[in-house]
Amino acid sequence: MSHKVIVPIGPYHPLQEEPEFFQLYVEGEKVVDIDIIIGYGHRGIEKLSEGKHFDQVAFLVERICGICSSSHPYAYVLAVEDILGGEANVVPERALYIRTIIDELQRIHSHLLWLGLAGHFIGYNTVWMWAWKYREPVLDMFEMITGNRNNYAMFKVGGVRRDIKDEDIPILEKTLDELVPAVDMFRGAVMDDPVIKARLKGIGILTKEQAIDWCVVGPTARASGVNIDVRRDEPYGVFDRIDWNVIVEKDGDVFAKTIVRILELYESVSIIRQCLDKMPKGEIDADIKEVPPGEGIGRVEAPRGECFHYIKSDGTNRPIRHKIRAPSYMNVASNKVGAVGGTISDATITLAAVDPCYCCTERVAVIRKANNKKIMNGWDLIRLSQEKTNKLKEGLSNARDK
Amino acid sequence: MDLKTRALTKSIWVFHVSAGSCNNCDIEILDCFTPRFDVERFGIQLVGSVRHADALLITGAMNRKAVPRMKKIYAQAPKPCVVVAVGQCALSQHMFRDSYNVGEPLDKILPVDLYVPGCPPKPEAIIAGIVKLVNKIRNKK
Amino acid sequence: MDNMRDKIKERLKDKILEWQDNSSKRIYFTLDKKDIFETVRFLFKDLGLRFSTASSIDTEKGFEILYHFSFDKAGEFYSVRVLIEDKKHPQIDSITPIFPGAEWIEREIWELLGINFIGHPNLKRLLLAEDWPEGDYPLRNKDEP
Repeated sequence: MSHKVIVPIGPYHPLQEEPEFFQLYVEGEKVVDIDIIIGYGHRGIEKLSEGKHFDQVAFLVERICGICSSSHPYAYVLAVEDILGGEANVVPERALYIRTIIDELQRIHSHLLWLGLAGHFIGYNTVWMWAWKYREPVLDMFEMITGNRNNYAMFKVGGVRRDIKDEDIPILEKTLDELVPAVDMFRGAVMDDPVIKARLKGIGILTKEQAIDWCVVGPTARASGVNIDVRRDEPYGVFDRIDWNVIVEKDGDVFAKTIVRILELYESVSIIRQCLDKMPKGEIDADIKEVPPGEGIGRVEAPRGECFHYIKSDGTNRPIRHKIRAPSYMNVASNKVGAVGGTISDATITLAAVDPCYCCTERVAVIRKANNKKIMNGWDLIRLSQEKTNKLKEGLSNARDK
Repeated sequence: MDLKTRALTKSIWVFHVSAGSCNNCDIEILDCFTPRFDVERFGIQLVGSVRHADALLITGAMNRKAVPRMKKIYAQAPKPCVVVAVGQCALSQHMFRDSYNVGEPLDKILPVDLYVPGCPPKPEAIIAGIVKLVNKIRNKK
Repeated sequence: MDNMRDKIKERLKDKILEWQDNSSKRIYFTLDKKDIFETVRFLFKDLGLRFSTASSIDTEKGFEILYHFSFDKAGEFYSVRVLIEDKKHPQIDSITPIFPGAEWIEREIWELLGINFIGHPNLKRLLLAEDWPEGDYPLRNKDEP
């Protein structure tokens, strides 16, 4: 008689009680509660900001989140420019165009990144590889313009630090041209593949009322029918001079969030093209020397939603208070209603759908509510999610064969 | 050099830990596994359990909440396990050195075998670093 | 859209201690802290403004909290300012019972500045480590020697 060896999917160290980022409490297959524990990335940036002068702060806030690397410095300089009378009154026109181009290029790279991770979570590793492969040329463009694939150091109070050279523009345009067929492919894959539809439709629904009560922003809000977008509501850069659309869906599920991000990719490409067309020659920096006392609020539409910065100045060369609110702060909290009620195999994609940091989604634990015992970790969850996709694939092909 | 270490350099399985990073380095590490860089053809694989890891890739500025977890993970890794510090934060804590929420730098907590500077280091830099480390281990007799 | 300014001024009347039109899109007004719950309920539920975040600062006069509400249709911010003069036992009514989106914002202020939010359903550590010393609030100005 053979002996069965049972391999436990469980904590490798029974005494390990380290709180994970997301702790899902389950009864059977169903998620009944969720604990969200943050603070692993808290580096005290608001306090550090008080010790740096206004020029240095831009470099500091760039590193709040690697993926929205241009949103935080942009919102920050807008907050300071708010004290100075507003971006449109302070910043030269060419710089406004450059800021917009950088902001939208960042949106493209961020959405492609998310698409890849989402594909990975539901078991389509090809989607991951393709999405990130098409992300590379975008990073090349950043390197060409700014000198770095990430952390662009482009924003300063009163303008931008580097110009876009004339000879770079045709290369930028070519990259955008080559990107569109790839986005077409992703859109086709998501809209037409019955398995992907089955995996994402009806999952992790956030209703419009919940979206409002939890004050969510960005694609998470727009997928639930909440029509907000800072680029239209309080235009910055040149968003009020360009033709573009705000993408809003109404179902509030993971499928809707995916569609919003894919369609936004098209909009971003169009915005950048228009900017490259219309961008005038001229100065790129207003050479601001002093910040008067006052308070200012700056916000941009980061890939994840409204990124908010508040600056209080007393006329010296350092802020006396810098308040930062990243978009994920509001969106991740909404998982309390979005993820509860679903199954464990859907948990990963639901948590990922609000687009938190990659590290956040690494750190998940599943705990059986009855005895508070940890039964799986994040990698197990991803595997479960991928298995569900395989089962669906089998089910659909069996149905076809009958 | 013992047999185990030599075997380790033929095919390295890496486990990634973030101790309070902004994610840039983490994404660049993941990038190494995408088609353009494709480190899997060198036998380098990203594993989901530290029990299978030959190398720990550590990023982050050593956030106070994250360090205890990082130490526990290191303790669980089967030895020999090399520790790779990826990114400026893991090297010197970068501009977060004076923050109230970061503790000691990584190499005062764990023994570091490889430092890959950059903010973030490009995938080419990470790969070059790992190749240097592998050669160093192989040449040590 | 001056309508919004008028609606607020009309409802709150003399509760408003100070009103600043910093620019066409940035409005700050000061209230006594006892009026915060009713005001926030009015702004959120009746006027449909979106809560963006709340910022807090340690000043000589006391702890100041600014609640930032966004009027998306006009791209304006209405920031409500309150001052908590008692620095030894600072407290104010929580607005989380009105909408859950405020929960983390208030927790963060409690944790980093030490202000107690009365009626908050879940006032426990959010950002700092478990072993961070009690009573040490990183965003408070340390007393000069």
